[in-house]
Amino acid sequence: MSPDRVYPDERSGPFLEPPLTFTDRNGREIEIRLYEEGDRESLTEMYVEFDPADRAQGIPPSGESRVERWLDVILEDGCDVVALDEGRVIGHATLVPDGDEGMELAIFVFQTHQSAGIGSRLIRALLGHAASEGVEYVWLTVERWNSLAVGLYESVGFETSNVESFELEMSIRIAQTESTG
Amino acid sequence: MKLLLGIGGTDDSLDALSWAAERTSRTDDDLTVAILENPDSDRPPERIEAEVETALSEHGLDAEIRHLEGDPGGHLVDLADDEGYDQIVIGGGQRSPMGKIQVGRIAEFVVLNARTTVTLVRR
Repeated sequence: MSPDRVYPDERSGPFLEPPLTFTDRNGREIEIRLYEEGDRESLTEMYVEFDPADRAQGIPPSGESRVERWLDVILEDGCDVVALDEGRVIGHATLVPDGDEGMELAIFVFQTHQSAGIGSRLIRALLGHAASEGVEYVWLTVERWNSLAVGLYESVGFETSNVESFELEMSIRIAQTESTG
Repeated sequence: MKLLLGIGGTDDSLDALSWAAERTSRTDDDLTVAILENPDSDRPPERIEAEVETALSEHGLDAEIRHLEGDPGGHLVDLADDEGYDQIVIGGGQRSPMGKIQVGRIAEFVVLNARTTVTLVRR
């Protein structure tokens, strides 16, 4: 939107690339990996069943057909990481190009799997994957009252870049992954 | 009902224009269009006025068009509150590339400061 978006001078990371598995705070074995086409049905189901109270700024949209149309748009440029519990998608982090130099980030964790340490691993995995794809500038907007989300973003290196809008804008500059030759 | 449409030239303000024109054409509402100086919009006032005239003539309406100079939110609120409007109509926000609704600065100011009822138009 605004072409003069501000990013931190300092880079954050490097972040580990997916895939990875870990045990969440509730003892569930969670797999984090790149999104594959075969995940689409499970991903759609997560968003259709998503708690309306957990929506942010109108996304995910309500109703299956709107969810499908929204996913068609955001999945098109393919920077997507999912979290799975027994093969079922319970988390999704995505980057969408902003038509300028940056990518807009969004992350969603299903209501049954929140506050279990999944979001923090999911967002790191997405940033690790993004770096390997040559992405450097990432930004997002978040509702001001959502201190849990703001805390998560700050923990990986996001800094507040614009306070003039209704929502808080935050941005990060990510370190490129070391070439392994 | 007396409607006051505030339009600054962003895409969502054009949506608000078509919503208000359509509504006015099928009610006996009285519509006034206030053209605002929105620093976040690329469309100059004459472009906006042309859009307004097109929408009005499409719906066979004869609405008063006013130009508000200076701070857009403050002047829109003053006009609505001082001249007895029943409702302010403005754009309901732009969508980010991700699809997130981003409420603009004018809308935020108007919602927080108007005594008049406010409608935020969503497509």
